[in-house]
Order: sequence, then structure tokens, then C-alpha cells
Amino acid sequence: MGHEVSLRVNGEAITETVEARTLLVDLLRETLGLTGTHVGCDTSQCGACVVHVDGRAVKSCALLVVQLEGCDVVTIEGIAEGDVLHPMQAAFQEHHGLQCGFCTPGMVMSAIDLLNNNPHPSEQQIREGLSGNLCRCTGYHNIVKAIAACAEGA
Amino acid sequence: MYDFRYHRPAGLGEASALIGDAEDGVFLAGGQTLIATLKQRLAQPSDVIDLARIDGLDGIKPLGGTIEIGAMTPHADVAASVDVQKAIPALAALAALIGDPQLRNRGTLGGSLATNDPAADYPAAVLALAATVHTDRREIAADDFFRDFFETALEPGEIITKVSFPLAERAGYAKFPNPASRYAMVGVMVADLGGTVRVAVTGAGPCVFRQRAMEAALSESFTAEAIADIAVAQDGFNDDIHGSAEYRAHLVSVMAKRAVAAAD
Repeated sequence: MGHEVSLRVNGEAITETVEARTLLVDLLRETLGLTGTHVGCDTSQCGACVVHVDGRAVKSCALLVVQLEGCDVVTIEGIAEGDVLHPMQAAFQEHHGLQCGFCTPGMVMSAIDLLNNNPHPSEQQIREGLSGNLCRCTGYHNIVKAIAACAEGA
Repeated sequence: MYDFRYHRPAGLGEASALIGDAEDGVFLAGGQTLIATLKQRLAQPSDVIDLARIDGLDGIKPLGGTIEIGAMTPHADVAASVDVQKAIPALAALAALIGDPQLRNRGTLGGSLATNDPAADYPAAVLALAATVHTDRREIAADDFFRDFFETALEPGEIITKVSFPLAERAGYAKFPNPASRYAMVGVMVADLGGTVRVAVTGAGPCVFRQRAMEAALSESFTAEAIADIAVAQDGFNDDIHGSAEYRAHLVSVMAKRAVAAAD
């Protein structure tokens, strides 16, 4: 059965007809072509699919599109200002906060939410803040450094 | 995921009517357990009734001797609430340990209690603090609420609206999380409710339970030493790839001592 859902994605108002069972991550990737949001697991553990809904980091594989009527969704594609990277993206680049890059979109979206809630986290708080994101390259050290640097405005 | 009919009622009455009419309906709160279950095709409900747009089911209200938390309040809001941190710091600390940050932004108190996962954190708080679960039909004492493995006192179609937590003189929670899932291998909440001490254990058995021997000892002397020598029976404890029953029994003792030491 089709459900018409209206929401905003990266600032743009969209209306799509979806099945009740359609996951947000599938709308983003399959319908809207926003493939920066990744799927790394099927169990809501890896965090590669993290996006913001109404300003909060969520796992887009654990949300139904029908839950999001009127909501504001921001993905990794929506955080840069034109050609100017978001400060968190720039910090990941500067500090080489990635190896293969698969987990990076989710890491960046989680890191932005972390600093929104706690602008000056300790290293321990950064690591705890990343507990919902897995990096199979185990590249955590530079990810933590990048987030700390972004928090310092470096 | 099998498809289903989706409903978004605006009020409790409408939600009740919808589930009454459904062949095999379920309520959707934050969805952090239900959606994962549906994805794995472990459930095939005919109708999913989303409670998210019903007014008055979320929010935190400090009252005189209690603090009320709406059933649809996300874990992150409880963890960050200055009111909860002041009233029952251990409850805010417990909420901050549930799952991961993204789950805490969606998962709700009511959803956690209605699911009654044997390794969930909130059941330990509700039981140790002798909280009252309010539904659209009645009030249920914590001691009567948690029945068995994923089983509660909720009747078919009954909706949790809020939970009132009495203010403890001091309380503490200690959890040994499974490193992958963050569910409690064992979690212990201790609460001193003014002379009466309650100890609730999650993760160890098929359902949260009270550890009476520790309660008696802590009522005499609220110190980690008072419970150090209490033997924890492992009968019926969970025994799986994550840990043996014997290991969990040992963790109950260790977590209980840590919870007492952390109590404030």
C-alpha cells in the first residue's frame, strides 16, 4: 500500500509515495540517489548510514520513511556549503580521519551531532560518542584526532 | 521486511481502536527494537500503529516526591535532562548507557518497558526504584509489571503513557555491556528509598529480578562490603556465547558492589 510522505531532505521539500516498510536509507539511496549514506550491516550496529533527522543523529536503516512526515533530514551530501567543506569534513581531511572511507559519512554525521551536544568533549567522550559507528579499518585514532581538532576550531 | 498497514493516530482512543480492529497489530514507539525485528522477518504484524504523533506522551515533569517521564521520551532526553540529573542522577546515567547515541535519539522509555528485553537497562531502574507504570487503563507497580522473558503485565492493546519514579535517597547503576551490542551482560541498579533498599538485576536471567539477599544486607549497611560475601545462585541464568551462567552470577556480585559504590 502506498503512503504519500512529505519531508525535507538537505533543505529541499520532497513528496514521495513509499511502501510502509520502506526504510529511510533506501529512500535516500535508491529513490533520491544520495549514495553517500552507506549500508554496512543489516543490524543497525555499524553506523555507516547515520544521518540527521530534525537535528539529531539517527541510523537511517532503523527508521521508516512513513515515520518522517514533516521531518527535516540532512545527509552527508547536505553539510558542505557549495565547494566549501563542512568544518568536520575539513578536519577529517586534514587529520586523515579515514582509511578506506566507507564508514566516513556516518562518522562525520555522528561527530557533528556529538559536538552539537558537547562542544568541548574529552577524548573519552569522543570515543564514547562514536560507540555507534564501526570502522573496519580500525582507523579510530585519527578520527578521534579529527573530531578533537574540529572542536578546537583547528 | 514484510509489508504492513501503517497508521499514525492522533490520540490514545484512536490508537486503541486501531489495534482493536487489527488482525495482528503492534504499536511502534521509537522502533529501535521493532524495526530491527521486522527487518529480520522475525515478526509479521498486519498493522503497525505509530504512537509518535500522540500529544502528551513525552516530556519530563519533576513533581514533589516523584519525577514523571512520558513514555515516548527518548533516552537521550532523559540522559540530558537537568531535572532527572538532579532528582535521580543514577537514572540519567543509566539512560546515557543505553545502546549508542543514535539509538538513544530514537528509542523510548515506554518502548523499552513494553518490550521487556531481558538485557535492557530501563527495567532495572523501574524495578529498583519501585516506579509506577501508567497506562491508558491503569497504574501498574513495578513489582507487578515485569512478568517473564519479553513478557509484561500489559494487556493486548494497552498503552504505556508515563512512568513515575519516586526520588531515591541515593541510587546507583553499574553495567557490564556486551562490547558489540551494548546490551547488559549484567546490569545492577541499587536504590535506597529511605531505609528500604532495592536491588534489581538485568541481563543475567530471562527477566529483570530483585536480589533479595543483597537488599536485606544493604538495608542494614549500605556499603559494598555488606554484599561482598553474598553468593549469587546461577539457576536459570542466561548461558550463551557471550558468557556462562557462572560468569554472569559473578558479574552480578561485581556490578552490585560497583553500583553501591557509585550511588549518589
